[in-house]
Amino acid sequence: MDLEVNIERECNGFLLQVSFRASHKTLGILGPSGSGKSMTLRCIAGLEAPARGSIVLNGRPLFDSSRGISVPSRKRRVGFLMQDYALFPHMTVAHNIAFGLRKLPRTRVREIVNGQLERFQLQGLEARYPRQLSGGQQQRAAMARAMAIEPEILMLDEPLSALDVHLRSQMETLLVEALSAYRGVSLYVTHNLEEAYRISEEIVVLSQGREVAFGPKDEIFRHSPTFTVARVTGCKNFSRARVSAPGFVEALDWGCRVRVCPPIPEELEFIGVRAHHLTFTAGPGAENAFPCELVRSVEGPFRMTLFLRLIAPNAPAGHHHLQAEITRENWAALQDHPLPWLVCLPPERIMLLRKETDLQRPDALP
Amino acid sequence: MPSNTDPILISLETSATATLIIFFLGLAAAYWRVRSGTAASRLMDALFVMPLVLPPTVVGYLLLLLLGRGGPAGRALEALGLNVLFTWPSTVIAATVVAFPLMYLSCRGALQQTPSGFAQAARTLGAGEWTVFWKITLPLAWPGILAGTVLAFARALGEFGATLMLAGNIPGRTQTLPIAIFFAAEAGEMRQALAWVLVTVGISAVAIGLLNAWGRVGAAGTVLSRRG
Repeated sequence: MDLEVNIERECNGFLLQVSFRASHKTLGILGPSGSGKSMTLRCIAGLEAPARGSIVLNGRPLFDSSRGISVPSRKRRVGFLMQDYALFPHMTVAHNIAFGLRKLPRTRVREIVNGQLERFQLQGLEARYPRQLSGGQQQRAAMARAMAIEPEILMLDEPLSALDVHLRSQMETLLVEALSAYRGVSLYVTHNLEEAYRISEEIVVLSQGREVAFGPKDEIFRHSPTFTVARVTGCKNFSRARVSAPGFVEALDWGCRVRVCPPIPEELEFIGVRAHHLTFTAGPGAENAFPCELVRSVEGPFRMTLFLRLIAPNAPAGHHHLQAEITRENWAALQDHPLPWLVCLPPERIMLLRKETDLQRPDALP
Repeated sequence: MPSNTDPILISLETSATATLIIFFLGLAAAYWRVRSGTAASRLMDALFVMPLVLPPTVVGYLLLLLLGRGGPAGRALEALGLNVLFTWPSTVIAATVVAFPLMYLSCRGALQQTPSGFAQAARTLGAGEWTVFWKITLPLAWPGILAGTVLAFARALGEFGATLMLAGNIPGRTQTLPIAIFFAAEAGEMRQALAWVLVTVGISAVAIGLLNAWGRVGAAGTVLSRRG
């Protein structure tokens, strides 16, 4: 089971260039809106044609510009769950599910439809029309329809974005179950970092049509290779950096010297640290602990976001240097700390971001 | 009841035949226009709408040029031993040409407004273009297609200028209701004219009623789902 994609296409005024390989593990495609995620899926589904490149699914070329191959959509056997589900409004749930099975004998169709109804908890809804269904039911019906044709690849385009928050986790569980039972290649497009992390095992990160990273999710999130990848995966704190001594870098935008964990990449450009990795310490002597003052705090339901300015003689002026995220419990405890507070940048949490090359190749990951 | 029922039958036959032709031609033309974005299709778009903008007498005159003895189509027909001018088929031709743009425009609008996501989803589910058209595009655009059909029928029934120029006023052969009414009124036979007027109003009302009922059946999904 594998899919190899290597395509180029004009999209939203920039050049979409992606190249990745997916196997039976779910591959997440992560990127902000308008970064070319949906276009990538549409190219694989055959709804748009790439300008150049190739798409090979299980050894079968679906598209190859050099050989003039472009298999029509209907022969690609792709299960495509669109963002708005695209359930046919003039057909019942059962007819929607049966739509892709028109060539099979009637009894077989009934069997498959019943199986899908049961599998996606749609029993009793088979005679309803899509607009008589709730958002979650519509999505389950769309999944049932896409999977009824036993596709060789399953592509989900932001499947949870149209749902209410309380439905989302419920649907996510169902999707994870369906995906783990599914034997083909599956692609999961989202702009939500946590969703991408929970659902997929490998991740492609897109930014403005450019593929900035591709690799196992832990690599991407824990050791983001470049500034763009770190930012797309939600990192909030960055500073330009310069190596000052073995194991130490000068954080130019924070005005301090921090210890980092080697290896330090050649062409180090930035260091970054995620907001929830910052901690506070009461006593001095801790590693990478710097005095700071609170500029502003934003209260969330469970967590606090703190905007901090470092107090250092050579800290550049500016509104704030660091953004920290702590639980409300820790926030309560922090109030008792003597001023100035000491913010810690744990060395093992500091990401060393190298200068970006024009094209990030999968093998360029650390 | 009018003593002479010939114009009623002729008008019904002419409008029905023209509407049948227009239904397929208009739908096909609109589908082609929506699917293809070529310069040729844009040019044809202007041509398809032209009969709606031009006065019917101008359309009639142009058709006379085309189908007459000197015209390109006329010569071809003559070679086959056919002459359509001032015969019943020419009433159908005039009605078809004049009413065509209404069907074309309605269908074009309806097809353009059908979200393309449904057809694309159908393609990924293995449907060929023929299946996509009949099972997805057509049912979704149905209300607009139906409206176009009703409008085209009404326009065909009321066609006067082009028909008169192309088919003349031959009682029992090319004399449709609007033409019969005009000549009856001209000749001062006001009772005869009134009878035909009432019949015309009746036919229009029945046609619209029938097609509306048909529309409800066609869009059964809509009706059913409102109940649930």
